[in-house]
Amino acid sequence: MKTETQLENGDVNMARRSFLRFAGAGVAAVGALSMASCKKDKNPQNTNGVDIGAKGDLAILNYAYALEQLEAAFYINVAAHIYTGASDDEIKLLTDIRDHEVAHREFFKTALGKNAIKELTPNFSSIDFSSRTAVLTAAKAFEDTGVSAYNGAGYFIQNPDYLLIAGKIVSVEARHASYIRNLLNPGSFADNTILDPNGMDKPQTIGQVLSIANSYLTTKVNAFNYGYVVS
Amino acid sequence: MNLLGIIEEIEKADPEFQDRVSPRRAAIKNITSFGSKVAVAALPLYFSTIMKKAYGQTATPSVNDVLNYALKLEYLEAAFYNAGVSSNISFSATEKSYLVTIQGHENAHVKFLQTALGSAAVAQNTQGTNGAYDFTAGGTFSDVLTNPDTFFAVAQAFEDTGVRAYKGQAGFLVGNQTILTAALDIHSAEARHASAIRQLRRARGASTTKPWIVGANDTGLAAVNGNYAGEDNVSQGGVTITSLNGVSDNVSSSAATAAFDEPLTSAQVVALVAPFGVK
Repeated sequence: MKTETQLENGDVNMARRSFLRFAGAGVAAVGALSMASCKKDKNPQNTNGVDIGAKGDLAILNYAYALEQLEAAFYINVAAHIYTGASDDEIKLLTDIRDHEVAHREFFKTALGKNAIKELTPNFSSIDFSSRTAVLTAAKAFEDTGVSAYNGAGYFIQNPDYLLIAGKIVSVEARHASYIRNLLNPGSFADNTILDPNGMDKPQTIGQVLSIANSYLTTKVNAFNYGYVVS
Repeated sequence: MNLLGIIEEIEKADPEFQDRVSPRRAAIKNITSFGSKVAVAALPLYFSTIMKKAYGQTATPSVNDVLNYALKLEYLEAAFYNAGVSSNISFSATEKSYLVTIQGHENAHVKFLQTALGSAAVAQNTQGTNGAYDFTAGGTFSDVLTNPDTFFAVAQAFEDTGVRAYKGQAGFLVGNQTILTAALDIHSAEARHASAIRQLRRARGASTTKPWIVGANDTGLAAVNGNYAGEDNVSQGGVTITSLNGVSDNVSSSAATAAFDEPLTSAQVVALVAPFGVK
């Protein structure tokens, strides 16, 4: 058990208790940081990034919303430019996945309402959408990362209703991951690159996940209060 | 604040206190290992979270209750795949390799939970008849260990139900970094299995079976309707998913149900697996 993460755990409770009083603190801190790194920019809103916000459930939900935005945008592209050699079954099921991710994105957007982070601009220039291998490899990364993100951040969520909803979504992401992995390499649905020797998915921290997600985003996502900021 | 003194006092009054809040005896005392780094102010908050979990609601299962419930389900799954893999069922090489992978995971989950629970772990031989299950569930699936289609249908129901069972317990582990995270990590592994079994069934000709659960019971087996009760829910956190914008129209009912897996309570799951011998 890592001291640092326990420390975060303790702080989450504190952050929740004082959420109303200190809701603006995270934004202000990021603003200061942005100002320091880009002195010409007087308004932090003009920096090309977004922060998930002060520690608490809303930040974790916005973290999920950011990932779902990315996944939805990716599969919309996939379905609009189906790669060479796709079977009818692949087209059908990839389109299903697109619709699930859009449902997740729209759910978070609606549930978060005015607390939602802005719409992110993806950058998929590194992906050759005409190539089956390229698309499925990227899809695998998105799905596995999504699973590891929900698993790694679940304990931050203090409201059991929000935790349940995260649980309802993460298992669907795992179903997607299993399918995509088998398309690439039959039998790899839960191999030892993603599961530990106990047969358990390996969770990832917010920082690990965002560094992967940001490589596909023009709008960079930060989590200042969780110790992650894009330099 | 003498935290350890308080914990010792609680232990005197309630010897099982530590077992209920942590699978590893004396884990609470390890709080001192954070001593130099944890902000002093954070300790009482962390402690109050533990206290709330332990004593907050009488109806709330203890952490050990949750883990033993999970262990019983993993015993069942492990025994099921052990039986399937060693049976004479005619699986293809691909099918067999999938099953061996899943078998390994279910047995690993058993070991993990047994280790976490230590002496509090329910013994395997308390299940079924001296540890032996009735995979036909009293004759409902009479050819489960001879007919691959029946075996896969039951496997799918077990996996989907396992996912629902773990999901239903998450709320009892709020904020518990170690145990909740472990439960979530098993939960998603079970979902990978469920999807894989569904993919095998689809490849075998169950053309309406997808890797995800569409509507309620999509297995084609009326006998498992209960395992899928509520999976056709389209309302999440007060949001009606079918009223949201999809790609070209509102999100369809199929997508709305498939995009969110639903939980089951332990009472529901216990009733569903009792015919196999889970106690």
